[in-house]
Amino acid sequence: MLRGNQTWWFENRPVIIGAATVVGPDEGDGPLAADFDLVHPELDMQQKSWEKAERLLLEQATDFAIQNARIDKDQLQFYVGGDLMNQIISNTFAARALGVPYIGVFGACSTSMETLAIASMMVNSNSADYALAGTCSHNCTAEKQFRYPTEYGSQKPPTAQYTVTGAGAAVIAASGDGPVVECATIGKIVDLGIKDPFNMGAAMAPAAVDTIQSHFNDTGRTPKDYDLIVTGDLASVGHPIATELLMRDGVPMDQTVFNDCGLMVYDISRQKVQAGGSGCGCSAVVTYGHLLKRIAKGELKRVLVVATGALLSPLSFQQGESIPCIAHAVAISGKE
Amino acid sequence: MQFLWAFVIGGAICVIGQLMFDLFKLTPAHTMATLVVIGAIIDGIGWYEPLVAFAGAGATVPITSFGNALVHGALTELEKSGWIGVISGIFKVTSAGVSAAIIFSFLAALVVRPKG
Amino acid sequence: MGMSKEDASNPTVAVLILISVILTSLGVYDKIAQWAGAGTAVPVTGFANSMCSAALEHRSEGLVLGVGANMFKLAGSVIVFGTVAAFFVGIAHLLLGTNGGH
Repeated sequence: MLRGNQTWWFENRPVIIGAATVVGPDEGDGPLAADFDLVHPELDMQQKSWEKAERLLLEQATDFAIQNARIDKDQLQFYVGGDLMNQIISNTFAARALGVPYIGVFGACSTSMETLAIASMMVNSNSADYALAGTCSHNCTAEKQFRYPTEYGSQKPPTAQYTVTGAGAAVIAASGDGPVVECATIGKIVDLGIKDPFNMGAAMAPAAVDTIQSHFNDTGRTPKDYDLIVTGDLASVGHPIATELLMRDGVPMDQTVFNDCGLMVYDISRQKVQAGGSGCGCSAVVTYGHLLKRIAKGELKRVLVVATGALLSPLSFQQGESIPCIAHAVAISGKE
Repeated sequence: MQFLWAFVIGGAICVIGQLMFDLFKLTPAHTMATLVVIGAIIDGIGWYEPLVAFAGAGATVPITSFGNALVHGALTELEKSGWIGVISGIFKVTSAGVSAAIIFSFLAALVVRPKG
Repeated sequence: MGMSKEDASNPTVAVLILISVILTSLGVYDKIAQWAGAGTAVPVTGFANSMCSAALEHRSEGLVLGVGANMFKLAGSVIVFGTVAAFFVGIAHLLLGTNGGH
């Protein structure tokens, strides 16, 4: 049901009955290591190419999610997925392995919540009993496609972010045990003209702010209604900008805990990740790995995940275009 | 003494490159292309050779030397065989560097995979 | 070794390039570069690193269209701009009548 201008309210309360995360070595070395289902000790995961490694991450995450949901693969009706690769190939190949009807989406790093929102809407509208949402990213495929060859000696500025190697997937069902997806606010493109691809956090911050404000306007909620609000991958440069913009506009973010998945997934003082994590996998592994476990334990009652995405391509950047950004917010709560 | 000047001049050229990265926000490709053109122009007005005599490898190892070598080849051939030398001579001097980089890179690609 | 200074520069460059290719293959050149910045990018070793890293990265797309076609995707701009600049410097010398003697 539409509430306000851009929020889907899920009155039938779809449930995340199972989720799983698979990550690479750097995430396994980070503070959330214990929350992931599988940690690969090597970046290449014994695959012949980075692209194959990324696909493996997603295939494992979707398999584990189905196992954790305790359903049979045949019961799954739809898979909604997306990633950062050209023509979202990681998801196409993973969907081939799954063999279920598939909707591929692209939302750059906001894909995690975009797919969760779409899958929840399917279940909420009785269009599916079980829908799977998934996304993935790999540090080396992202470097190769968006920046330089992985072995190229280019110096990254401190504002640059480190693409998370990881995949997350969640099974959404009409009923069952698990956290409830309450509502989703779909963002619009915000582009303030930033052109530096090594400063994505600052470019994406206004998009996160726009979606958070729209979410509060549409739902009538305030920051106090959430135990935790996390942005997707603004990291140490973008997150303070978002906080400042929200406080300036009179949104009392001090009434909640406001954090960022890109800052949570790594120990940025110890690990060499510049400003923090980014990528589709960033908000996916933090949400599906860390946050859902804390909700299950009762440490968090209700969280808002605002996944941010920078929708640039190497082509648009080289042609001098600025970076269009977006953010999608999904509210998840524990079952009463 | 030669070692000291090699260190100072080579280091100074790298500092110029670092300033182009950090102050002018140029990509590595833009920085290298600019330095090569600068090296070519410096040799064109005849100043690169004195620099090499003074700083040795401090002047021949940075990428500016590649511009210098391209111009050097062109000018040497221009002197020897006339106007066509401007085209035929450009790669005469740089063959060692470019060929070595192609051959070693190709061989490396045959046996190793990127580590990430 | 009985070589003149000019003759010695070719083996020097070739050895530096070999070292650069080895460090790139071992996966350490990019790590050093994050620390050294232009110190590893500006010397000829950086030129070799740009070619070797592209060759390794695109090996999975085949020897011809992967390694062959991508090896110069970063180094190519240096060669193109260097060559064009050298051409115009040569033309300038031709027009000024200095005929390369300098």
